[in-house]
Amino acid sequence: MTEIIDTGAAHPTADRISAGLRARNRKQVILQGLGLAAIGFAFLMLAILVGSLVSTGYKAFTQTHLTIDVFVDPAEIEVARLPRGGFDDVLAAALQARFPDVTDGGQLKLLATMFSDGAQFSLRDMVVADPALIGQTITLTVPVSDPFDQLNKGLIDRATANDARRVSDAQIVWFDALLSDGAISNPINWALLTSADSRFPEQAGLKGALVGSFWALLVCFVISFPLGIGAAIYLEEFAPKNRMSDLIEVNINNLAAVPSVVYGLLALVVFIGWFGLGRSTPFVGGLTLALMTLPTIIIATRVAIKAVPPSIREAALGVGASKMQVVFDHVLPLAMPGVLTGTIIGLARALGETAPLLLIGMNAFITSAATSPFDSATALPTQIFIWADSPERGFVSRTSAAILVLLAFLMAMNAIAIYLRSRFERKW
Amino acid sequence: MTSLTFALLIGLAMLGYVMNRQAATAIRGTGTPLHSLSGFHGLYSLLLILVPVLTLVIIWVAVQGSVIDSIVMAGLPAATVDGLDSGATQLVLAEVRSIAAGQVFGEPEPWKTEAAARMVGLRQTAALALIAVVALAGLALLLVARRSVSATFRARQAAEGIVLGLMIFCSVVAIFTTIGIVLSLIFETIKFLSLVPITDFLFGVNWEPQIPIRADQIAAEGAFGVLPVLLGTVVITVISLIVAVPVGLLSAIYLNEFASPLVRKVAKPVLEILAGVPTVVYGFFAILTVAPALTAFGATLGLTLAPNTALAAGGVMGIMLIPFISSFADDALSAVPQSLRDGSLALGATRAETMLGVQFPAALPGIAGGVLLAVSRAVGETMIVVMAAGLIAKMTINPLDSVTTVTVQIVTLLIGDTSFDNPKTLAAFALGMLLFLITLAINIAALRIVRKYREIYD
Repeated sequence: MTEIIDTGAAHPTADRISAGLRARNRKQVILQGLGLAAIGFAFLMLAILVGSLVSTGYKAFTQTHLTIDVFVDPAEIEVARLPRGGFDDVLAAALQARFPDVTDGGQLKLLATMFSDGAQFSLRDMVVADPALIGQTITLTVPVSDPFDQLNKGLIDRATANDARRVSDAQIVWFDALLSDGAISNPINWALLTSADSRFPEQAGLKGALVGSFWALLVCFVISFPLGIGAAIYLEEFAPKNRMSDLIEVNINNLAAVPSVVYGLLALVVFIGWFGLGRSTPFVGGLTLALMTLPTIIIATRVAIKAVPPSIREAALGVGASKMQVVFDHVLPLAMPGVLTGTIIGLARALGETAPLLLIGMNAFITSAATSPFDSATALPTQIFIWADSPERGFVSRTSAAILVLLAFLMAMNAIAIYLRSRFERKW
Repeated sequence: MTSLTFALLIGLAMLGYVMNRQAATAIRGTGTPLHSLSGFHGLYSLLLILVPVLTLVIIWVAVQGSVIDSIVMAGLPAATVDGLDSGATQLVLAEVRSIAAGQVFGEPEPWKTEAAARMVGLRQTAALALIAVVALAGLALLLVARRSVSATFRARQAAEGIVLGLMIFCSVVAIFTTIGIVLSLIFETIKFLSLVPITDFLFGVNWEPQIPIRADQIAAEGAFGVLPVLLGTVVITVISLIVAVPVGLLSAIYLNEFASPLVRKVAKPVLEILAGVPTVVYGFFAILTVAPALTAFGATLGLTLAPNTALAAGGVMGIMLIPFISSFADDALSAVPQSLRDGSLALGATRAETMLGVQFPAALPGIAGGVLLAVSRAVGETMIVVMAAGLIAKMTINPLDSVTTVTVQIVTLLIGDTSFDNPKTLAAFALGMLLFLITLAINIAALRIVRKYREIYD
């Protein structure tokens, strides 16, 4: 006989439970609230991250240009001396023609700083290509230098005191005069994608970094894809269960968690030190990234192979295929969507990897795009690192813009992976 | 030249395929049954030529550069590089290389031009020799493969044996990588420890990795005590965990138990995006947005924050780790058997009580494993701290101050320096060794915890 606990007439069990229930439910609401707050925090941080990048970066997608009539003075530029000549003086004279009251040498110099350093070189290239221009007046549209670009985009506060600003009062007056002339335009900055790195923000572009990243990823893919598939097939389909395959498996899992900077040290000693491969080259970068991507590809391939049902293997074996034929003719084709998805995700991760590339010197200052994986180059993430480190104000928005370009590539790669997965993956 | 070599190799291999296939088909045409299909005879020939010769070519190309360099350097006239340290010797070599590549700056000394000419000559000889070797070896293997064709030859087994060998090689690459990491770190670490006593390194409280630039310089010898660097790493790791663990666990609990399918469908990809953002982006986010915001916030409280305060680097690293911890915890919670949850709910516990009293404790080993892996990530994370943390090592646990980490020191010590014979650059490898061992220990512990926990419920 169970003893009936006397709960007292004043507090029957049901009452006590319902009284406690309110407090208990409140606790549940608090837990839910905390959970929502945590997710909200993650969302908020992502929003701030993207927001701050977009709000600083979008300005680098346009570049302030100055359109001006330039008299290619035969006194300064002679056919015989090309490609040398006083191109900067010609440009300065063009501005002086617009502001005839500026005669003082120092003032003239200040006026001429409006041109980007690259302006005289684009004029030089035009004249070298067509010497008949000498003696003519041509209309030239060239980028303005970084301070004026900042001024035009409203990044320089006109209310600041004259000597605390990067452009002087006089320069602002000139610039506004040109602005009211309609000589200032702000077209899309294709140079961001089509020119290589430069010390001057207004000329710096990502071409070198994009090409470098392309070569590095290509090398990475060519090496890690076959190696990863081979290793995965062996471990999943052929490896005997012994200490050796255990060792390999533990190894692969551990390699996936080794800090990336350690791979950089490995590359520095083995690839550059022992093998004598070139520093700063996308080839070495790709080799390093391949070693880092290998575990990802192996793990993804093994999962994909495991997902192919045994009935497929047995059917093929049953009609007389060898084990190797089963794997290469039946299992691998069926597992391919999963393998490709894993590979693309691994490559996307490799594209964003920075630390090992810094150690092998892919953060060098290089003003031309690589033509082969054996030329020195930077990569997209290392270019971001270089620009983030540069003191010029104009590089802040360039860095954000470069990050947006990198994120766009990553999103495209992930979208391809998701598409492949949803389009080709089969549920058995 | 290299592409010619590869074209030759591929041509030979294809020729082998066609020849063996035709020979096998011819035998079958006489009425003798073949053991293997004729295609396998072709495949056998292709693999027999391609695999060994390709291996040879790769090794040759890998070794050629350094062999030629050392021949050229050894052939330099006496007294030109004698007495130079390894850095200066490297400079001479780099100059000779660039002259050989046709980039001549100014007027190089005649012996350099001569060495460059010799280098160009050696390279041409090497390329020709390589083509000759590839042609000879390829033809020899072609003949060997051709002679093997017969009705009884087990070509399928032979070809599949080669493929299996290739696959075994692929999986052994993982072991080679580990061995490579360990060897490369060990050699340089031993060199470092021969210059700096191990007790000074492990127990020293001063980290000033300078070396005198001139021999007679009176500057400080430099101190290589790793403790302040480790302490800085710990400070930043702890800050990141203070951000990531509660946020990650709470969002996992919410997503696992309370979220509607719609919220789950939106929140999971968002967390995945956070996980996919490259660390260099987080680093820039830290210096662009977080650090100024924290400094401004500190100023309103009357606190002075160092410009690269540990809070900014640690906090941003915490944001990076949120999805990592949350996905691990979500998986661990999902792996708890439904029966436990049902039992608890049937006894009248609320969902929150079930989560905190039953599911969470049951998933704890898996969650702990995930948190440990996050610790190893935080310790090894490089770009965020390189960009947002300090360079000066201090014995401080003040999160408002600027601290440095192991990875920051590795990167700053090695950027732009190539000579591996001074304690400054070698210290980076000793730090790398330390980092590798620490993360390895944490990873092994984490994997062991996760595995042990799996055994309980599977």
